[in-house]
Amino acid sequence: MNLTLKVWKQKNKDTRGSFETFQVKGISSEMSFLEMFDVLNEQLIEEGKEPIAFDHDCREGICGMCSMYINGRPHGPWHGTTTCQLHMRAFKDGDTIVVEPWRANAFPVIKDLIVDRRAFDHIIQAGGFISVNTGNAVDGNAIPIEREKADQSFAAAACIGCGACVAACKNSSAMLFVSAKVSHLALLPQGAPEKKTRVMNMIAQMDKEGFGACTNTGACEAVCPKEISLENIARLNQEYLGSSFTSDKV
Amino acid sequence: MLNSKIPPGKLEDKWTDYKGHVKLVNPANKRKLEVIVVGTGLAGASAAASLGELGYKVKAYCFQDSPRRAHSIAAQGGINAAKNYQNDGDSVFRLFYDTIKGGDYRSRESNVHRLAEISANIIDQCVAQGVPFAREYGGLLANRSFGGVQVKRTFYAAGQTGQQLLIGAYQALERQVALGNVTMYTRHEMHDVVVIDGKARGIICRNLVTGELERHFGHAVLLCSGGYGNVFYLSTNAMGSNVTAAWKAHKKGAFFANPCFTQIHPTCIPVTGDHQSKLTLMSESLRNDGRIWVPKKKDDARRANDIPEDERDYYLERRYPAFGNLVPRDVASRAAKERCDAGYGVGTTKQAVYLDFKYNLINKYGRAEASKQGIENPDTETLIRLGKEVVKEEYGNLFDMYEKITGENPYEVPMRIYPAVHYTMGGLWVDYELKTSVDGLYALGEANFSDHGANRLGASALMQGLADGYFVIPYTLGNYLAGEIGTRPIPTTHEAFEASEKEVKERIDKLMGIKGKQSVESFHKRLGKIMWNKCGMARNEQGLKEAIEEIRALRKEFWNDVRIPGDIMEMNNELDKANRVADFIELGELMCLDALERAESCGGHFREESQTEEGEALRNDDKFMYVAAWEYKGESNWQLNKEDLVYEEIKPTQRNYK
Repeated sequence: MNLTLKVWKQKNKDTRGSFETFQVKGISSEMSFLEMFDVLNEQLIEEGKEPIAFDHDCREGICGMCSMYINGRPHGPWHGTTTCQLHMRAFKDGDTIVVEPWRANAFPVIKDLIVDRRAFDHIIQAGGFISVNTGNAVDGNAIPIEREKADQSFAAAACIGCGACVAACKNSSAMLFVSAKVSHLALLPQGAPEKKTRVMNMIAQMDKEGFGACTNTGACEAVCPKEISLENIARLNQEYLGSSFTSDKV
Repeated sequence: MLNSKIPPGKLEDKWTDYKGHVKLVNPANKRKLEVIVVGTGLAGASAAASLGELGYKVKAYCFQDSPRRAHSIAAQGGINAAKNYQNDGDSVFRLFYDTIKGGDYRSRESNVHRLAEISANIIDQCVAQGVPFAREYGGLLANRSFGGVQVKRTFYAAGQTGQQLLIGAYQALERQVALGNVTMYTRHEMHDVVVIDGKARGIICRNLVTGELERHFGHAVLLCSGGYGNVFYLSTNAMGSNVTAAWKAHKKGAFFANPCFTQIHPTCIPVTGDHQSKLTLMSESLRNDGRIWVPKKKDDARRANDIPEDERDYYLERRYPAFGNLVPRDVASRAAKERCDAGYGVGTTKQAVYLDFKYNLINKYGRAEASKQGIENPDTETLIRLGKEVVKEEYGNLFDMYEKITGENPYEVPMRIYPAVHYTMGGLWVDYELKTSVDGLYALGEANFSDHGANRLGASALMQGLADGYFVIPYTLGNYLAGEIGTRPIPTTHEAFEASEKEVKERIDKLMGIKGKQSVESFHKRLGKIMWNKCGMARNEQGLKEAIEEIRALRKEFWNDVRIPGDIMEMNNELDKANRVADFIELGELMCLDALERAESCGGHFREESQTEEGEALRNDDKFMYVAAWEYKGESNWQLNKEDLVYEEIKPTQRNYK
């Protein structure tokens, strides 16, 4: 199939970007979306132009690196799918596809479609962990964990930190990301001792990084490639309120 | 020359004795010692976190935008540990034995035994960190089986065990970053090791956002930079996975061991066309419940579901009744190749075999569920419905991934799979302490060679990465750094830093100055084809000799005609790739040389000249019972050093999975 691509080009974080239009020919429906970009980039190099910079690594939907905003939707039209797992059979001959980077104040553009997502690391640094040094652990079966809780924790821990939730949100809120981490750890007995401080510190850091507020529209859940549930946000709110009311700190 | 520093004493006491006598660094001195960790996968993140916890000043580097994205994250099936929670006869010895045997008797006994000893601690540590492993209804940890073993010792988190383990290590790492014990450098790539007076003292790296070269000092340097499977272009590795850090270390004096030992994983989604950029693994855990078959009739054009049971050849069950579908990876891969080469392959390209879940879906899971729910005499449809729900829980994300890539529903039709490059057992030579042949320079995880011999067993890579990082290096590094407490940080204005940076800069300038016609990608693809065809699943003398010539010619062409757009002092992904591919080309030559020199078959290294009558790998222990540790002597020039492998505990035999 032949396609028209309108892609955001931006030299670096200090310059203004704009859309540029490209044509690609002979794209097969078996290609992944990123392989279509490979074809385009090879074509640009052949023409002596600069290829389009985009983030990608594992190309199997788990590393969370790929991050394209495709036709107004993070990761494109398929439900529960990362950009790298989107395949060209989602499109048809003659389509025009618009591709932008994630848009959020907390994710400044580095180049073209690549953004800086270190804000997520900072949020984890603020409390997204269990404070246990290597060598301190008791036997793995010493504390049985209710299977349902373990499954819910796992479902939250499936977050790949790609940032699609932020990109989809009109307020660029990181609530789904933060709630997934808070839920993952709060649901486990091992995470209990730091439950209160963790949620308070992570929320404070989220605000500091410049992410917006949550208004419960659910846009984040709709685009999440790992289908992280809004229930996690409810759990986060519960944890946060509980901690606020019972915290010794003012 | 090669001293593996294996501690004396009985095998099972070596590690305990070593730990009891190793030199220590007191807490006040630890704060004065700086450690560089390159790579933040399971090995790197666990090492950086653990060393930070101990009080060392750690600097960690990754080329991705966050340490959480290292390719360990993509590991699917699980992690082994000798816990014997299943009461099925597992023990430290069995894990040790299975690993040595699986590696076809080409790994070091002492290292593997240590790995097996540590394995149980890893699970405990991960649980404590909040890794949500799969659990039984009673709340205890669940296990499954992997290839090459007859017990259930694999711990897992659905089909994303690697992600959960890496997130655990990443969280521990970020906690140390917050505490100021680790400084994290993302989007940085190491370009050289700085060696002063014979000791590794720092690195030169490129900031991939600005293009600037940076100098960083460390009292010791740890390379945790993963494997080199991408030398084949198509592999299950991430696009960015590369050999550059290990290769630069090699050129600075670190020996490269057994480079030809590569693992071709039997169950991957087959190649569909020339556009293909990478291959996707379907976890080995699927072989717990999937049966592999091809039609009994050549060029059978019928659809899989239309081929009746008695016209299917379950060739693994036929050839290896004792292990069946759970033979080790090298054996399963060769068997698939054999069937396809003989004309029994399926799919449009005929380069694929079926992995079929229907039998277990109905008979194992369907029946168990029906029994649980008290349904008597369930019909097939009910069994399928019930079985599907359980299979979804066990492997759901893998089935979804398969469907997204191929457009076919694996609950309905069998998966089509074919072997693909997955892991590299070879790597930097290290001694018992994980130190390379350069003092102060260490290699951990897939970047080293030590534990998997000529073939790695499934679910052992995660185990090794975390063993090295959490439990080995904190002890062995101390033994070295105890002698460095008097060494003040060396200013990066030192002439060795100066010279190293100059060398790196000159190479980058040279690459950018070529301004040729062909893209980096096109060279990488050509290298991959040479490697796959002549140094892949089967190798022979003539092919390897040809490959060496072809790679040399390719290298020449690359340095004369590569086209890299853009500038140096900016983010330039093509330049990043060019740097990596240039190193892959050099490595490719060494791999072929190593494969040529090792005129025996063992594990994943199959020399066609050396096979049994039944087509199994035939070792030659008299001549090749050693680690080939290659020393760089200049362009296309290596010297072979041998570390003899001595088996005190286990008697090497012909591997038998029948």
